[in-house]
Amino acid sequence: MSAVVVGYVPSDEGRAALRAGAAEARLRGGRLVVVNTTRGDALVDDRFLAGDALDDLRAELATLDVEAELRQPQTWDDVAEDLDAVADEVGADLIVIGLRRRSAVGKLILGSAASRILLTAHHAVLAVKA
Amino acid sequence: MDALTQLLHGFGDAVTPLNLLFALIGTLLGTAVGVLPGIGPAMTVALLLPITYVLEPTGAFIMFAGIYYGGMYGGSTTSILLNTPGESSSIMTAIEGNLMAKAGRGAAALGTAAIGSFVAGTIATLLLALVAPVVVTLAVAIGPADYFALALLAFVAVSTVLGASPVRGLASLCIGLFLGLVGTDLLTGQQRFTLGVPQLADGIDVVVVAVALFAVGEALHVASRLRHGPVQVMSSSGKFMTREDLRRSWKPWLRGTAFGFPFGALPAGGAEIPTFLSYATERRLTKHPEDFGRGAIEGVAGPEAANNAAAAGVLVPLLTLGLPTSATAAILLAAFQGYGIQPGPTLLTTESSLVWTLIASLFIGNTMLLVLNLPLVGLWVKLLKIPRPYLYAGILMFASLGSYAVNADPLDLVILLVLGLLGFAMRRFGWPVAPAVIGLILGPVAETNLRRALAISDGDLTTLVSSPFSVVVLLVAVAAVVGPPLLRRARRGQAVAA
Repeated sequence: MSAVVVGYVPSDEGRAALRAGAAEARLRGGRLVVVNTTRGDALVDDRFLAGDALDDLRAELATLDVEAELRQPQTWDDVAEDLDAVADEVGADLIVIGLRRRSAVGKLILGSAASRILLTAHHAVLAVKA
Repeated sequence: MDALTQLLHGFGDAVTPLNLLFALIGTLLGTAVGVLPGIGPAMTVALLLPITYVLEPTGAFIMFAGIYYGGMYGGSTTSILLNTPGESSSIMTAIEGNLMAKAGRGAAALGTAAIGSFVAGTIATLLLALVAPVVVTLAVAIGPADYFALALLAFVAVSTVLGASPVRGLASLCIGLFLGLVGTDLLTGQQRFTLGVPQLADGIDVVVVAVALFAVGEALHVASRLRHGPVQVMSSSGKFMTREDLRRSWKPWLRGTAFGFPFGALPAGGAEIPTFLSYATERRLTKHPEDFGRGAIEGVAGPEAANNAAAAGVLVPLLTLGLPTSATAAILLAAFQGYGIQPGPTLLTTESSLVWTLIASLFIGNTMLLVLNLPLVGLWVKLLKIPRPYLYAGILMFASLGSYAVNADPLDLVILLVLGLLGFAMRRFGWPVAPAVIGLILGPVAETNLRRALAISDGDLTTLVSSPFSVVVLLVAVAAVVGPPLLRRARRGQAVAA
């Protein structure tokens, strides 16, 4: 059975990726694996879901018309590797991620998880815009 | 009344635009470091010690006072919203505070912590202003032998009372005392532990040691266990304090102050014990015992008041005797020494305007904290989102810059690194850092007094126990070492018998 892996963060980009991933999974008749992860190097990181936000996402996944599961790998390491590892494990056809617009300065100082995923993943990657 | 007139003069000096700016910088910086776990006021003041070379004393101490008080405030914010106490004195606040935030009463918990800190800080600072001159009149009579006894008590109290293991505390103290010995002996000109290195003849600079133990040690410690998952932030929303909350809070505030100030002022020091006592008392006295364990406002109000009152209390022995009883106080003492000022009974007369301006600026900083902090909670929480690699890289840069600025000598950077590794090892094996810093700074002062006493008595050791004051102080010091293990053994004996 095929699978689609979605890299999810609670933002417009993340939600766009989730929508696109759900549509792909429906098309392919496969299941949806939503991955929410973090490098874990800051004390507080609200992109890593917990509490109410986590319950909300689970509830949202339950309403989808495709089989969906949520994973939060707790390796506290590279986000790109986390996604790729999950994709390997479930035998995914596709990884779906969201892209955000970055300014020239933003590109200089911030490392981008998205570009690392695009360049290093061993699977096909679908990048959607918010 | 004399003290109050002096205090008004102090306010006159403190309320200049420049000094107010220093107070603002200090309080903001202090709150920021108080919020971040692992970075405390002691480390911050140590990192900022090099600025004492360019700043005049009043401005520098106003800023340090702001950092000192701000650190106490900041600790409560993280305790309540994250259940990660930034400071050891905020541990008790975290218990009920975090439960309150979980129950959606975060705003009320932050409110009672902030107002309680303000009330306790104000009362305790006022007590400091009233008590300090009285202590000074008593303290002028003490001789070198008495002073040595007091220093010994401070050493023992800081090493054995704080922290889990007295043996580790004493070992850490010995490291500090040893580092304080390096350099040229003032009385004989003998070189001690300099290994023939000429740069060590002046001794190891306090700034380098303090920065190495606090900043480099902590940075290495964090780096060694860099990645663990993020913690969840409670929302600071909910209703602000209601009339009912206020009614339940004001008594714990006052009781907390009553616990905190004397404990801070005693040379047994520390803000942890009064917060424990305050929590235990509130738990016993409360009319709402069912709330404890589910977020009782009394359990936040009391300990928060206690730790701020203790912070002010610690300044009593520092300003009147030159006796630091906490790591931050020790660093402040080093700052005084950096200006060539030796805190002691004479400080209040020789540096009267500096001391009263400092005390006045404590009132001002305290008020600023109350006004600034509640609206800025969101900003403080954002601070916690900074990835640790960036944060600690910045700290390491400041640490190296500051240590190099002391003498412009590359050897200082080597010492910084070596002692930084020592600081890391101490954290790794659970040795407290505070006794080492206090030993380093107070050690040479104690040694000078001991040798002076022995010189006066012509080498007769009985001079150390010749005055009733020193006998009492030394007995208390002995009790502090021997007491806890004996008590433990007695209790164990009882347990076995039963």
